[in-house]
Amino acid sequence: MTYIGDVGALARKDLLLELRAKETLPSMLLFVISALTIFHFALPAGTSDVAARGLLWSALVFTALLGLTRAFVAEREQGMFDALILTPCDRSAIWLAKSIAVLAFLAAAEVVALPAFAAFFHGLNGRTVAAVALADLGIVAVGTLFGAMAVAGRARELLLPLLFLPAAIPIVVGGVGGYLWFLVLYDAIFAVFAWGTFEYVVAEAA
Amino acid sequence: MKLPALTTVAFGAAVALIFFYAPTDADQGFSQRIFYFHVPIALTSYVCFGWGAWKALRYLRTRDERADLESYVAVHQGVVFGALTLVTGSIWARASWGVWWSWSENQLVLFLVLFLFYCAYFMLRYSVDAGPARMNMSAVYALFGVVLIPVSFLAIRLSQRFIHPVVFDSHAPSNMTGAQWLSFLVSLAAMLLLFATLYNVELAGKRIDAHLRELRELLGRRLDGGPQRAQAPALPAPERGPS
Repeated sequence: MTYIGDVGALARKDLLLELRAKETLPSMLLFVISALTIFHFALPAGTSDVAARGLLWSALVFTALLGLTRAFVAEREQGMFDALILTPCDRSAIWLAKSIAVLAFLAAAEVVALPAFAAFFHGLNGRTVAAVALADLGIVAVGTLFGAMAVAGRARELLLPLLFLPAAIPIVVGGVGGYLWFLVLYDAIFAVFAWGTFEYVVAEAA
Repeated sequence: MKLPALTTVAFGAAVALIFFYAPTDADQGFSQRIFYFHVPIALTSYVCFGWGAWKALRYLRTRDERADLESYVAVHQGVVFGALTLVTGSIWARASWGVWWSWSENQLVLFLVLFLFYCAYFMLRYSVDAGPARMNMSAVYALFGVVLIPVSFLAIRLSQRFIHPVVFDSHAPSNMTGAQWLSFLVSLAAMLLLFATLYNVELAGKRIDAHLRELRELLGRRLDGGPQRAQAPALPAPERGPS
């Protein structure tokens, strides 16, 4: 099979699993709406757009974290990692496929979250939407790499936020400030990094 | 043991220069002298992280288990120096501006981010069982760190624009005099030597630890079963840890 074919098959597997089990996406949707509701009560009346936009970014990062925590659980619990490693495909294809699947969940959650944010708070502009789209790429690129690491450990769900959040700080900065070029830079650097190093993370998965 | 002696001498010289030779700052007075500790510690911390990443790369290339341990020790020292950077920076901020923490100090904020990032390195390392998987992950994470340093620095610079419109630039060592440079450089050399000494000590300790564990396992196996021999043969090569 070609590289693209491998990626397609693996991503399709994840999407099919989610379509049948319906575990991750509904929880992400509920989480992001609950978070926005909490933020409404956390913000004093008459807060500026900038403050609300900052909260949107924290909601998005934490929602992504929720999806990323679940991303490799099936592989881990069903012992599928061993099977994946035995498959005659490039290991980076596993990363790419998983990133595509998580990106799909995240995008689906945001299709609901962004209009909800616009309705709850002050509306959105095109720049924020573009920044969210670009930030998603960086979030899933880094998050999938760290997700595969965290799931190998004993702490798992506890570990991923610790690994991921410090690395996600630049994304929040780029997003809140609307620096699209910076988000593109972040995506490019860390997508290449994760693509190149993922094989080491799963190569000896216990 | 030349290195510890050299470190002691360099440290003594640095302290003497900082307190008795370097001129007192016109604006900040005596408290500015913490600069000669704070900045060298911060630079040493970068060196530690860089060295840890270099060893991580070496590990991924050569699969040499010693490189994994060296990478770990370097990152560990980096976190210690990073914590010291945060503490000295905080003291300096208190002395200069009357606050314990200032988000407008780019370097200090960067160290907070790095400190959080590298603390998670230990969580990762101790959450995974010892073996090749752990070595691989630690190496990838340590490498990720050095890529994250410039990206985070850029991000923090950018964030100043929308969080704090006023940018402080009070500590730029651009117009330092010769006496200041001398004190600074001797202090930097002392810190780097201190890192080298601590690195060696910790590495030796960890290696003895690992070796002792292997010997214990070996001894346990001999006592448990196996043919009793009047004279034990020479110890076989140390076994690799369980994967």
